[in-house]
Amino acid sequence: MAVAVRVIPCLDVAAGRVVKGVKFQNLRDAGDPVELARRYYEQGADELTFLDVTATVDDRSTTYDVVRATAEQVFIPLTVGGGVRSTEDVAKLLAHGADKVGVNSAAIARPALISEIADRFGAQVLVLSLDVKRSAGGFMVTTHGGRTMTELDAIDWASEAIERGAGELLVNSIDADGTRDGFDLELIAAMREISSVPVIASGGAGAVDDFAPAIEAGADAVLAASVFHDGDLTVGDVKRELANAGLIVR
Amino acid sequence: MTSPFVVVLDYGSGNVHSAAKALEEAGARVELTADRDKVFRADGLVVPGVGAFSAVMDQLATVNGAALIDQRLAGGRPVLGICVGMQVLFEQGVERGVQTDGLGQWPGTVRELAAPVLPHMGWNTVDAPADSVLFAGIGDERFYFVHSYAAQEWTLDVVPPYPPPALTWTEHGTRFLAAVENGPLSATQFHPEKSGKPGIRLLENWIASLGGTRAAGTEHPNSTEQK
Repeated sequence: MAVAVRVIPCLDVAAGRVVKGVKFQNLRDAGDPVELARRYYEQGADELTFLDVTATVDDRSTTYDVVRATAEQVFIPLTVGGGVRSTEDVAKLLAHGADKVGVNSAAIARPALISEIADRFGAQVLVLSLDVKRSAGGFMVTTHGGRTMTELDAIDWASEAIERGAGELLVNSIDADGTRDGFDLELIAAMREISSVPVIASGGAGAVDDFAPAIEAGADAVLAASVFHDGDLTVGDVKRELANAGLIVR
Repeated sequence: MTSPFVVVLDYGSGNVHSAAKALEEAGARVELTADRDKVFRADGLVVPGVGAFSAVMDQLATVNGAALIDQRLAGGRPVLGICVGMQVLFEQGVERGVQTDGLGQWPGTVRELAAPVLPHMGWNTVDAPADSVLFAGIGDERFYFVHSYAAQEWTLDVVPPYPPPALTWTEHGTRFLAAVENGPLSATQFHPEKSGKPGIRLLENWIASLGGTRAAGTEHPNSTEQK
């Protein structure tokens, strides 16, 4: 009995619609999030992730509606990230039907937020999301969708976040994101090395055979957006290929 | 016939909205409440739970949850615990070295799993006994787990005239109880409300069993079909 590899479509949501970005720029509308969520559920998605990329308060309230509508129809776990700054934000998302929340820049600004969330809701709700870029110093944490480099070493930051109570790592490679050249396998392996919590690999998926190497490098789950939204691959295609590679899928 | 009425115990624990929607999908009329009369009147009571064992116990205390559950069970009325809602049915939980008393419906201590990666997060298989009601007709499906702690032994000696419990096991580092069916009290460590179609099917099985366990004199009109 072993837990299956998880395949997680990610929907970037703004003002109630799905948008997708290549390297987080040139956003374009790619559909209704609830509709897409249902489609991925039917295709066998193991979880869904919404990333709220809106900037305004009005748009944010729309996201809560989207979360609620999705949770009412889609009976798999739903993670919502983007703009989560406080335990109150977490409480509100959970109340609207999210099962987990992704926390990124707010935890960088104030690491104590991680333990505050974990203490109140349990580590299992907290996905620490990292946007990682390679530099001369190694793997570094970035913010603002990769445009701003921090001084944080990504591996050190992941270790600290786990220590503080993060229940899962979503490791997004800014270098690979949008390239469709495959995941950053060295980054995944480096995270697996230090992580006692599940690791989700993100960024770079372009072809059906990109996914198994990410699992073999140490990821527990794979996350992708545009390959699914564009209809190039279904979740089922990815799972079949993972199974062909000898991995356990649902 | 009317659908069975299920109360999801509302005591401030995590995402209960999904549990309510999944139970509706499975055919129940559902209300999210901690109102005493409704809890007693319901055909089934679901006790959800996420987060720390001690936090769930504290929150349950605010709605007098222990007494609500006790009194339903004393009347043979079905209760289903989910995730930490299962864990607190045992005598104790130990998390990060802190021991907390549970509801004590079942003997035993909920402890951390011995596994290299925790939480145990994702879809796992289970080994259900042939006489399980919850898993009837479900076959070789996976269910969604997200937890680091679990009951890893069953020590309750059930003797006639009480029916033997149906114990469903799985493994993540350590063998542990994925589900227990013990008379009117059932529980799952996984989240049926997050386990896609097999999870809905399991909830349908539980809802279908509610009619058959009603108190004498209030037998469900459909109970003979549900055996």
